[in-house]
Amino acid sequence: MTILNELLYSKEHEWVKVEGNLARLGITDHAQSELGDVVYLELPEVDDEFSADDAIGVVESVKAASDLYTPVSGKVVEVNEELPDNPEAINEDPYGSWMIVLEMDDDSELKNLLSPEEYKEFCEQEG
Amino acid sequence: MDALLKTPLYSLYKDSGAKIVDFARWALPIQFEGILQEHHMVREAAGLFDVSHMGEIEVKGKDALPYLNYIMTNGISRLKINQVLYTVMVNEQGGTLDDVMIYHFNNNHYWIIANASNRIKDFNWMLKHADGFEVEINDISDNAAQLALQGPNAAKILKAAAGEESEQIRFFRFKESVDVNGTSCLISRTGYTGEDGFELYCKPEDAASLWEYLLEVGKKYGLKPAGLGCRDTLRFEACLHLYGNELSEDISPLEAGLGWLVKFDKDEFIGKPALEEQAKPGPKRKLIGFELLGKGIPRGDYKVQKDGNAIGYVTTGYMAPTLKKSLGLALVDSTCSEIGENIDVMIRGKAVKAVIIETPFYSKNYKK
Repeated sequence: MTILNELLYSKEHEWVKVEGNLARLGITDHAQSELGDVVYLELPEVDDEFSADDAIGVVESVKAASDLYTPVSGKVVEVNEELPDNPEAINEDPYGSWMIVLEMDDDSELKNLLSPEEYKEFCEQEG
Repeated sequence: MDALLKTPLYSLYKDSGAKIVDFARWALPIQFEGILQEHHMVREAAGLFDVSHMGEIEVKGKDALPYLNYIMTNGISRLKINQVLYTVMVNEQGGTLDDVMIYHFNNNHYWIIANASNRIKDFNWMLKHADGFEVEINDISDNAAQLALQGPNAAKILKAAAGEESEQIRFFRFKESVDVNGTSCLISRTGYTGEDGFELYCKPEDAASLWEYLLEVGKKYGLKPAGLGCRDTLRFEACLHLYGNELSEDISPLEAGLGWLVKFDKDEFIGKPALEEQAKPGPKRKLIGFELLGKGIPRGDYKVQKDGNAIGYVTTGYMAPTLKKSLGLALVDSTCSEIGENIDVMIRGKAVKAVIIETPFYSKNYKK
């Protein structure tokens, strides 16, 4: 399982890349591996606004649908429009397959996220 | 996983990276490498499934034939020696207790292959309704392992593994005591994938060596282990029913489109009056296949509507791997079940357009 050092992580298995006041989101290698083959993805639209822990979209594997959550509050400023047409990219390159970029309302929410070390430990505990 | 039942092959794949899940209280591999990869492998080459969780119930005795005609809806009398028959067993209300395969050894000896989740229920039901028949009924499931060799290359692989004769077994026929590398197998040309293929029954203690031998012989024909995940996507595309989804005690075989399994010209059988009652006006609900026209994937239990009114629910749905379409099976009011009719599937609160299409979604003309 790959965990990148430059990212932050949520307990819902999303990764967050902080770029100033922007947060780029995707799902982790652990998440894609647990899901299995991803066959469908539904993302929000630019200008949609979310609070932390809101469902922002849906990722579906062959067997099941799972909600996607945002760990931080903010407004969507960019959406990876190509990803829903190639959802298998999430399996092949989970950290390259960003989903949306949020303009954060409150970057103190980043404190609630896990560091790479903490996330690794969290995954191991979840077994 | 510790509390779950395990097949004789569990120890072979538990450490192989296979994803193990709880399936009807059995620890079984949902995938070895990936559901999609295994699905395509079975459609294009061959896959080997461990289906040892299936139940086997033996019926013996001089009344075996009339007894089975009484508790099953299909006509058992026309079965030839070494022939296999698909049938359902229903309760007095016509609700489906199980869908099973019947192996006919002779008029005094049959095997019933039951779904793992129904094995104990079936066995108790069969015992309960055996009064007045001279039969002996035994649950022999623990004495039999079952492997399914499925795919267009299955016949070539079986020929390489067990000789010319085995490959000549015809569709829905079986052969006993076939020697496969020293293991005695009962082999039938049956399956649950929509492809040509075979099911091999052997003693549990022989299952591991049979599994490894078949994989070794089949390697050059593209054979690898396949999990229950692709077993479901494969059977779904071929529109083969899954008990618990398309069939249940709340669903009659007539509603499920299995009227061809109900022989009203037989003498009395359990559920006959109730099913006759349903057949006269036609069943109120019907199992249909549909293609989603909007975005999303239909999943089991999603509601189906027509012009804003509830008409039924999805029984199984997938992004079909071979057909590359979002497809579903649904049980709906018969009044809204015409091919070409538009319906709506409720996906996360939104009505998504779908159209009723012909089933099966996938069918292949393999040698039968």
